[in-house]
Amino acid sequence: MALEARNVYFRYNKKSPWILEDCSLKIERGERLAVLAPSGYGKTTLAMLLSGYLAPVRGEILLDGKPLPKKGVCPVQLIYQHPEKAVDPRWRMKRVLEESGGLKEDMLPAFGIERAWLERFPRELSGGELQRFCAARALMSGADYLICDEISTMLDAVTQAQIWSVISEEAERRNMGLIAVTHNRHLAERVAERIVDLSE
Amino acid sequence: MEQTLLEIHDLSVSFRMYDRGFEQTDLQVIAGLSLTVYPGEIVAVAGSSGAGKSLLASAILGILPSNAAVKGQLLYKGRELTPALQKQLRGTEIALVPQSVEFLDPLMKVGAQAEGHSRTAGSADKRRELFRRFGLPDGTEKMYPFQLSGGMARRVLVSAALMTDAELIIADEPTPGMSLDQALEALKMFRELADEGKAVILITHDIDLAASFADRVAVFYEGTTVETVSASDFKAGTLSHPYSKALWRALPQNGFEYERK
Amino acid sequence: MKKLNQRQKTVILTVIMAVLLTAIYVCGALIPDEAVNGSFLDAGQSPSFAHPFGTDTLGRDLLLRTVKGLSVSMTVGLAASVISGVIAVLTGAAAASGSRLADSFIGWLIDLVMSVPHTILVMLISFAMGRELKGLLIGIAATHWCSLARVIRGEVLQLRDRHYIAVSRKLGRSSAWILAHHLLPHLTPQFLVGLILMFPHAVLHEATVSFLGFGLSPEQPAIGIILSESMRYLTAGMWWSAVLPGLTLVLIVLLIDKLGDCLKMIIDPYTVQE
Repeated sequence: MALEARNVYFRYNKKSPWILEDCSLKIERGERLAVLAPSGYGKTTLAMLLSGYLAPVRGEILLDGKPLPKKGVCPVQLIYQHPEKAVDPRWRMKRVLEESGGLKEDMLPAFGIERAWLERFPRELSGGELQRFCAARALMSGADYLICDEISTMLDAVTQAQIWSVISEEAERRNMGLIAVTHNRHLAERVAERIVDLSE
Repeated sequence: MEQTLLEIHDLSVSFRMYDRGFEQTDLQVIAGLSLTVYPGEIVAVAGSSGAGKSLLASAILGILPSNAAVKGQLLYKGRELTPALQKQLRGTEIALVPQSVEFLDPLMKVGAQAEGHSRTAGSADKRRELFRRFGLPDGTEKMYPFQLSGGMARRVLVSAALMTDAELIIADEPTPGMSLDQALEALKMFRELADEGKAVILITHDIDLAASFADRVAVFYEGTTVETVSASDFKAGTLSHPYSKALWRALPQNGFEYERK
Repeated sequence: MKKLNQRQKTVILTVIMAVLLTAIYVCGALIPDEAVNGSFLDAGQSPSFAHPFGTDTLGRDLLLRTVKGLSVSMTVGLAASVISGVIAVLTGAAAASGSRLADSFIGWLIDLVMSVPHTILVMLISFAMGRELKGLLIGIAATHWCSLARVIRGEVLQLRDRHYIAVSRKLGRSSAWILAHHLLPHLTPQFLVGLILMFPHAVLHEATVSFLGFGLSPEQPAIGIILSESMRYLTAGMWWSAVLPGLTLVLIVLLIDKLGDCLKMIIDPYTVQE
């Protein structure tokens, strides 16, 4: 039971330089891993590859030895750096959560999501509040692996601590694999058992 | 007493918003905020996200949306900051490092954007020097914004602000996406500017980084500054307001705690 | 009384204009053909209480004819804009989501249609298709879709790359589901505004082409026909027969255009808070 990137190469087209070259990474279920790298190192690209948002030019992404499923709910879910871009601006937040396949209202207090927020539109919530919804949506989909791409970079420390505590608890309870992509070593040390530094 | 560069007294910003249908409500985003900036210092404005920190920058520059109402007093070098004065000063004496990398013109090479529209013979050299210090590789100046990573774009934005000879730089979240080295380099440059007698308002949530370079830290919470302390007090955790304390304790290196509601 | 805010003003204005336009349309449609038939005793009268717009050389009341004519023009305009709008959505969406070849072909087609002056193209197509209502409809519908198609294409291209669309797919949603729930709700307002702004163009072109004799047949009370008939009698001093129907046409066109602008203001997120 593992999610694996095997000798992955990526670039946007044949003329552009490689963003990732021969990158390999493996995570077991129940493991918490942090990927640490400075900006411009292809952290976001790696996160998008692992969750199937992008396909590698060479190499493969394997889930339990097989490629990621193309249809249905993806067992690898990504939480994106910019929550405001990850929700439809015309939808109320309730609908955003329902898109995960089912709104589990009992999970809301743990994320610090207030019931009144469900009736609001994304523009009426702050980035921190939106990011809670994005995390909740990813967890409600019943994913086995969760990839968090700089999810708390734009948030203040209190919100950051709260979101990570929910995600870590939930990941542990459901024996999920968790990858935290970040540039903050302090944060990496807090949330992960193992740290991979791409710049080394 | 030393001449202040910027004084903000009892600033309030509210938005007229349409509720459902025709009801208009006033949404108060900044209430009773006061802040003083002296030449030669970096003041960090730190605090919860979505609390209106960025609007403070817009209010100083006079670039709030048309449905915003501003109350209170803004003084620049003792002169009242009227819309006309704001228009005259922004980009020349007051420069902004915007929060979103989407502020870059997508159809213009970033080198030219950093050099700005008042290009002189020396600008190219100055720009090259800035790019070099930020670790932007040669050839970056010929790229378009979509070819840059988030951190690179942000370094271009900071370079653009540093290209101007502004007295006051307002940097709105300049560091996310940068590596520690690059963020330190950016802050070091702000520090140098401040030491030359200019001033920087650093709006950020990366408090520990800010506290290492700023002279004072203003903790921003629910639309106002709850306390302004010296950076050394902040680092030591000598804080009085409950929110500042919570913020300090929530840092990954200080306990990573938060109050459960 | 409380001062009205911008949104209230806009909505009230929109409603008034919509009611006025509908009223003209319904009146025109309800006026029986016989009512327009005048008697030669009344021929060539200048505007009076009995005939506010005067009468033409056949003694027909020009106000009734104008209203009826506008009604016909609006029907043609509406039908042509709707057909044109549908073409615009289909081509725009196809260009944005299809292959690169389809995109460049549609782009080329748009450039081609737009490079020929509308009036000439409408005249040619209408003439080739046998004039009358059918020819005119096809002519106008075939020429007015271009700019809206471009807007739709741009919009779909932009939407397609939105992160929340990709998220939706990863949450197991099908392309059809995404189209119905994410894409269409974004396109509908654009489409409606585009449609309404297209409407006055269509009406004007209908009138122009009919005036020039390439559109509706002379028996029909279209506004273009009225104008072209009255041209012959202008020198005889019958100024009212051209000026009043002409002014009405201009007013109606301006009204529809303003309606479109108001609607845009209400729907468009950039102006919605003003």
